[in-house]
Order: sequence, then structure tokens, then C-alpha cells
Amino acid sequence: MQVYLPIAEMSVNALLVLGMGWLVGFLSGMFGVGGGFLMTPLLIFIGVPPAIAVGTQANQLVAASVSGVLAHWRRGNVDVKLGVVMLGGGVVGTAVGVWIFGILQRLGQIDIAITLSYVFFLGTIGGMMLVESSRAILRRRAPTAKRGKLHRHIWLHGLPFKMRFQRSKLYISALLPAGIGAVGGMLVAIMGIGGGFLLVPAMIYLLNMPAGLVAGTSLFQIIFTTAAATLLQAATNQTVDAMLALLLLIGGVIGAQFGTRAGTRLRGETARMALSLIVVAVALKLAWDLFSRPDDLFTLTMGFS
Amino acid sequence: MRGPVKRRLVQAAAALAGLVLGGTLAATVWAQQLVADLSSHLIAISTGFTGTEVVLFGTTDAAGDVAIVVTGPRGSAVVRRKQRVAGMWMNTDSARYDQVPSFYTVATSRPLDQLVGRPVLERHQLGLPYLQFTPDATLPPDDQTAFRAALLRNKQRQGLYAISMGQVSFLGERLFRTNIYFPANVPTGLYNVEALLIRDGDVVSAQTTPLVVSKIGFSAEVSDFARNRPITYGVAAVAGAIAAGWAAGAAFRRV
Repeated sequence: MQVYLPIAEMSVNALLVLGMGWLVGFLSGMFGVGGGFLMTPLLIFIGVPPAIAVGTQANQLVAASVSGVLAHWRRGNVDVKLGVVMLGGGVVGTAVGVWIFGILQRLGQIDIAITLSYVFFLGTIGGMMLVESSRAILRRRAPTAKRGKLHRHIWLHGLPFKMRFQRSKLYISALLPAGIGAVGGMLVAIMGIGGGFLLVPAMIYLLNMPAGLVAGTSLFQIIFTTAAATLLQAATNQTVDAMLALLLLIGGVIGAQFGTRAGTRLRGETARMALSLIVVAVALKLAWDLFSRPDDLFTLTMGFS
Repeated sequence: MRGPVKRRLVQAAAALAGLVLGGTLAATVWAQQLVADLSSHLIAISTGFTGTEVVLFGTTDAAGDVAIVVTGPRGSAVVRRKQRVAGMWMNTDSARYDQVPSFYTVATSRPLDQLVGRPVLERHQLGLPYLQFTPDATLPPDDQTAFRAALLRNKQRQGLYAISMGQVSFLGERLFRTNIYFPANVPTGLYNVEALLIRDGDVVSAQTTPLVVSKIGFSAEVSDFARNRPITYGVAAVAGAIAAGWAAGAAFRRV
């Protein structure tokens, strides 16, 4: 069934888009990541212009996150206090990100900057998670191995403005979650994604948050950053396609529900391993595109004036 | 809901009436050697639009050859070239062209090179090699050719410039017709359909017919909303997404 997208000005197969939404929604619910880093390349692959892919999927991420948070909320897996502190940093980060985006645009190299940051962030974080989760799985198989310390104290834990987060059983500096939120906010502005793939590991490894709370809390924060991104994109660039977003979010909200259920049955390290494999695969694909010779060295952009 | 659609249709109809009138006047000056018309002067892009075909038909006063040129609204185009920098392929140089037709296709009753000479092809911009648009930057001749070829190639890949000449078929000696195909990604705006009568290696008569490509119904509502009230549109998009997410969450709780 073909459907015409009014803003993208093209016709797509509705079932294909619904399926893509479902898949990304499933992963979103399972791992607590927004899934934007997967959706953007997928949409561009089926021929949606990059700017519209970024603007529209920010909109669909709002729905996927709301639905995902509801499921986690009922299980008591959202630390609202920590989420709000992260959001505070996120607002600052988004503003800085928009400023950097403007500079890159004036330099005329925004496309390659976006791809490079995808390769860098996805590659680094995916690789680190892959190493850590495979170690954890190996440790599980060899129970005689020596157990590590419960809390490792690094310089990050000595920062001022300590706050107590009862829900997560943490007593840490508020600067830490706010800083993580700020980096996440910058990524929303520059790469047009929710930033969950960065927030989740940062919350696990830097904050030592209980794994069960990570997905719900990061989704809670992502609702607000993606809502802000949607507004910004619609108001300044008019790149939000409501028709495309509708298809993606129908698939996405259903997928997220299934994903959340599947996620509760997964062990923490197994889930991290699966997520890291997907992230590394996307990074490798983008790196390949960056270094391999394109079919056509020339690209065309039409503008009416 | 009804108001804007109706207004839109009325505007389109008014524009069309003026253009058809203009076209008819131009045709009378040519003493009716050639009369041509389209099966439809409006291509309506609705939610289910997957591309469409328009029939052009007409008659000539005596034997001759016919060429049809369809040109979409003109605009600027930027062609960028990638080069290897530190192993990566990145955009290094670019050329900007003005007055580039967004859509271009030609149909003829016989291969063009058998009909007319190069000066005529150039004068009427008949065929891709003779399409005129000048770059704003001064490029070396080698690059000129490469960038121009890249523009045409990219347009052809998008299906907006025809790869081969279309066929105008004659029914008897004077009646002719051809089918013009418009793909799903056809740009909206005012199109020019030009019919040329060719005899003894020269164009002896021409007629221009307008064609409007416009979004209607839900598609038109959405794009109008997004363009005219972008902030409200953004708020509506976010509200809709929150509502949809909430509804799905609530629905799944009961299951």
C-alpha cells in the first residue's frame, strides 16, 4: 500500500514504514534507547531526505518514549528526581549543540560532521559495551572468579553538590547526571537523535545506577529533549512530516510495548551485549560509507528561489 | 476542513483559466497550423498518489513532424563533488546553477537529429544536451562538463529527467498523441507543455499548454499547515505524539 508523504513529497510503502517503526520501537522498549540512531539511517536508506528523516523521527521518538516510560512507570522503574536533574543539563546541552550546529553549517561541512560523530560515538560506546558485557558474561560462566569491588571510586565521585537519589540508592554529585544530560542534549541538536545509546551506558558505568532503573529514567528524559527538538525542527526548518511520523509511531508504540516485556526477561549483560552488537554494526556501516568510493561522486540539491 | 480545499481549487482553476486563455491567444497568432491539448490540466496529488499519466493529443493542418517538450517549474540547483580527503569522501567543491527545470521530458514522432539541425535544437532547447542553464561560478572547461553531466545524471536517477525520448504517434497523417508520465516524486508547481510542428528542418508552429501539479486533500492540508503556521504545527505534532504514546500504553495495560 503506497502512501504519499506531504512534506517529504514522495510516495512510500506504508507497510514497510510501519515495520521499520515496529522494529525500532521494539529495541527502544527493550534497551531504553530512543532508537534514533537506527531510524535515521533506515529512513535515508528508503529515500527520505536526511533533514526530514531527522525532524520526523524526533517526533515519533516522543510517542515511543511516552509509551515506553508508561510501561516502566508501572513497574516502578523511573527515577524522576534523577531524570529531572539530567533534564536540567540537557537543556543547556541542547542550546550549546544548536550553537555548534550553526558554526558547522557556516563552514559547509555539516554532513560529514554528522556522519563522523555517529561513527565516533557509536563506535566508541558500542565497542566499550561489547568488551564489558562479554567480560560480564564470561564471569558469569566462571563463578569461581574473584568478585570485583561493589563501588569503584574515581575522581568523578569526588565532585561537589552531592545529592541523595533514594530511588536509585545513590549519593552522588548532581553535576554528574546533569553533565551526562548535557552531552545527551548536544547530541539531540547535532545528530538529531534521542541520545539513549549514550545515556544508558553512561548511567550504568559512570553513575553505577541499578540496571533496572536505567531504561525508564533515560526514556523519561528523552521525552522532553525530543519534544523540544520536534518543535525546533518544525518551527525553523519545516522538516517534520506528520504523515511519516504517524506511520512510524503506530509501528513504534506497539513495538515498544513488546520490547519492554522482552526486556524484563533479558539479563542485564545479555541485553547490553545485544545492544552493543547493533550499535557497532551501525557504526561499521557508516564508517564503510564514509571510506568507500560512492557510486556517484556528485550530489544534487534543488532549491527554489 | 472544506474551506481551504475549496479556496485552493478555485485559485488553481482561476490560474488555469488565465493560462489557457493566454495559450489560445498565442495559438491563434500561429494561424492554427497546430492544435494540441492535454487530457487533464491538473495533476492532483492526494494521499494515494503513486504517479500518473497525462495524454497529449492534437492535430496538424498537413503532414509534418511533432515534438513535445514538458518543462517543470525552474529553480536553482547546487551540484557538489566529493573527493578523497584523509581517506574519507567529503564534499570539496560545488557549482550552483540557476533556472534549472525541476522536470524535463521530450517526445518526438521521429528521432530529433533526423528532423532538425543543431541551431534549431539549441534555440528551442530540444533534448537534454541543449538544455540551457549557466553556472554562477567560473569553472575550468573540464569541470563545467563534469558538473553539468552530474546534474543531468542525478535528475535522471530521480526519474525527473527522461532517459530516452518519448514517442509521439500519428493516427493517419494529421492526428497525433503521446503519453506523458509523471512519477510519484513529481515536484509541484506550474508546468509548460510545448508542442512544436516541424517541417523541412525547421519549427513552423508552436503551442504552449499549461499544466498544474498540486497537492489536494489531506496532503495539501498538512503541507499548508506546516508552512503557514510552523510553531502551531510543531506543538500539534508533539501533542499528537504524546497522546498516541499514552493511548498505546493504556491499551496495552489491559491486555
